[in-house]
Amino acid sequence: MSDSSGVSNQEPSLPSGDVPLFGVLAEYSTPQQLLAASRVVRDAGYTRWDTYTPFPVHGIDGAMGIRPTILPWIVLGAGLTGVAAGVALQWATNAFDYRWIVSGKPFWSIPANIPITFELMVLFSALTALVGMLVLNGLPHPSHPLDLKQRFLRVTDDKFFLVIQADDPSFKLEMARELLAGTSPVVVETVDEDRVTSDRLPRPLVLGLMLLVVAAAVPFGLAAKARASTSREPRFHVVPDMDFQPKMKADRANPLFDDQRATRAQVDGTVAAGELHENTAFWTGRVDGVLVTSFPEESPTSEAAVTRGRERFGVYCAPCHGLVGRGDGMVSKRAELLAEGTWTPPSDLQQDYIRTMPVGQLFETITNGVRTMPAYGPQIPAADRWNIVLYVRALQRSRATSSSDLPASQRDSLK
Amino acid sequence: MTLLTAVNPYQGAPKGDNPYARITDNVARIAEAERPPVGWYIAFAISTSLLAMFFANIGYLVWNGIGVWGNNIPVAWAFGIVNFVFWVGIGHAGTLISAILYLLRQGWRTSINRFAEAMTIFAVMCAGVFPGIHIGRPWLPYWMLPIPNQMQMWPQFRSPLEWDIFAVGTYATVSLLFWYMGMMPDLATFRDRSRTPIRKFAYGLFAMGWRGSSRQWHRYEKAYLLLAALATPLVLSVHSVVSFDFATSQLPGWHTTIFPPYFVAGAIFGGFAMVTTLAVPSRQFFGLKRIISLDHIELMNKVILATGMMVGYAYGMEFFVAWYSGNEYEQFTFVNRAFGNYAWAYWTMIFCNVVTPQVFWMKRMRRNLWVTFAVGVLVNIGMWFERFVIIVTSLTRDFLPSSWGNFRPTIVDYMTLAGSFGLFFTLFLLFCRYLPMVAMAEVKLSLPNSHEH
Repeated sequence: MSDSSGVSNQEPSLPSGDVPLFGVLAEYSTPQQLLAASRVVRDAGYTRWDTYTPFPVHGIDGAMGIRPTILPWIVLGAGLTGVAAGVALQWATNAFDYRWIVSGKPFWSIPANIPITFELMVLFSALTALVGMLVLNGLPHPSHPLDLKQRFLRVTDDKFFLVIQADDPSFKLEMARELLAGTSPVVVETVDEDRVTSDRLPRPLVLGLMLLVVAAAVPFGLAAKARASTSREPRFHVVPDMDFQPKMKADRANPLFDDQRATRAQVDGTVAAGELHENTAFWTGRVDGVLVTSFPEESPTSEAAVTRGRERFGVYCAPCHGLVGRGDGMVSKRAELLAEGTWTPPSDLQQDYIRTMPVGQLFETITNGVRTMPAYGPQIPAADRWNIVLYVRALQRSRATSSSDLPASQRDSLK
Repeated sequence: MTLLTAVNPYQGAPKGDNPYARITDNVARIAEAERPPVGWYIAFAISTSLLAMFFANIGYLVWNGIGVWGNNIPVAWAFGIVNFVFWVGIGHAGTLISAILYLLRQGWRTSINRFAEAMTIFAVMCAGVFPGIHIGRPWLPYWMLPIPNQMQMWPQFRSPLEWDIFAVGTYATVSLLFWYMGMMPDLATFRDRSRTPIRKFAYGLFAMGWRGSSRQWHRYEKAYLLLAALATPLVLSVHSVVSFDFATSQLPGWHTTIFPPYFVAGAIFGGFAMVTTLAVPSRQFFGLKRIISLDHIELMNKVILATGMMVGYAYGMEFFVAWYSGNEYEQFTFVNRAFGNYAWAYWTMIFCNVVTPQVFWMKRMRRNLWVTFAVGVLVNIGMWFERFVIIVTSLTRDFLPSSWGNFRPTIVDYMTLAGSFGLFFTLFLLFCRYLPMVAMAEVKLSLPNSHEH
């Protein structure tokens, strides 16, 4: 773009009569002279004129009559937009669309959102300050008639210029020349419109930009195609992370085996160490398929066993069966209160048929469950299950006794 | 230095028949010389070698995973975050000089602001690398941005780490805008002095057709003032937010309300030290002694002394608060910091940051270039150790003695740290060679006869 502005630094070779006039240029060597000249031109009533300086000459705004720019108001608007964007972004993402649960804090509380709101306010304002300055100044401005003046190149170095443009309503060439000649300039010259520099963009630049645009569209095109079509191919993994692992998961097919199962069954007759369980009375409550009626040798009855059984009963059984086994535990009470019609009440363990069950059957019921009662075998070790059976027996005994069962010495204390 | 300057084209009186032209020539001849002196090539070769080492180590890290670094539980944050905070801190002086000193109408800033701003941008670039490569899976940093994604999740905006993204991102953007906008008129100067079409095109492209119109200068100055006014609270907010990464955690040694001002003071301190470290050799080598004068060096040394005292006060106040809080974990942490397993790091920090700047009470020392350079280097070392002390010693000894452990950096840690200096100096040397090192228009404005009397 800009190299077109600088194709030629020479004075235009065309005869001046063929080229319209851009304006009259005066050069000064100090800012003080420029300021004085500016006041003269301002007071002469010109509107289409400007001064050009290597640095911002202070006081020139007043000398030229430049009105304050509206840029600060635009930036204020951008800052407020930034605040709104910051609040909206954080509210929409964290309090509305995807509610983050953090330590029971409210979903929306301003203090934690201030830093980002502030940063976005600054970001929006700063971008607007620069872009707004460029737009209001008409930049970028690739070529200009003044670029054709060799002496004007020093405007960014050490010289000061004043230009009255020919499109000013009150412009008369001789009058403007005379006015400027009276302001102690180094030189006064006419400036022609630029008829030398091409305003077309260089062809390689245009081609390059077009190529870039096309290339930039390719990834978007591929993404759009992928979204609009289906594929049997697996997802493309740029970085595989841990997506592909050389291992067989349970219940997957494995072509290495005849039965195609990844999970291998145990060989028939396999017994894990320590799990032979030869004593079926202790492990299943049966001997040769018949329920046992007495406690097995491994779990003899004792006061310690009853105490342990009561503690385990309280943990596993009482929630449904109640503390004394009447089928009135908290869970059962609540289920009946809800009256949803799907609840099978737990058995009252004080019923006669349970009272007369062989201990092996009580053990088996705990181990495998019954009706809606789940199996507790996997949760409670066998010895503890026997202790619970013992405690259930003790509970049943406590509810089916009379004062004659007490020793005579204690019988009187009940009266 | 004398051997190299014998063939240095940057020395000697600048050409020109008036002060403005002499300033232009003094700055522009650096970029216009046929080729720079051999010293520049030596420095550039060293920097690019370090830069290559930086990229190689990052590649090795990405390929092998974060385990090639020494950080591990309990010290999960180590060199990566130390280097991040160190570089971000250095990146504060530039905008401070540009923005705050501009608002305070300190004319002397004009001679150093351009390359301090450049230093800021390069330091923030170095800083930006570290969180990116520290996250374990460096190909997923976009998870930190609020972009709609296949996980249907959004970032957690209550996290200080998320604030960091916005603070450092905004800071990098605004610093770049500020730097670029300040450079536009000077790029136009370079464009107008160009003798080859390529230079004219390149500088002309970025100068955007700036011709110094007073109507444009009016809006330009207003925009510059607005950017300065915006950058001032921004520069204070950025290191405050960085300190929130630590202050909002519950770790003794991090959980302190003093952190935001303490970090900001430390950042200005370290940033100014980096500016003097670079300015002293640069003004000599690039022949800018007339523009960056001894008075400027002395003023910067005064800022270093003042901010050094603030940092020293913060070190003391941390101990006071630990004692005053009556919290035994807090007290243990600080006693451990000074006398425990990393006492050597703590006392290195105290020596570099609190003791050495005291020489600047003497005017003779403030104006001595060797002393200025040495203190600048020592303060930079001290400020690196400050972050090391805060981050590492607090983590090695946490609440549960059974999980105590030490941190041992690996060779990759060291090479990555050294490599980040390669990135910084490569960019800085390119900047010196091709861009206006001094804000010419602003220096011209600050000349006494640029104003009506």
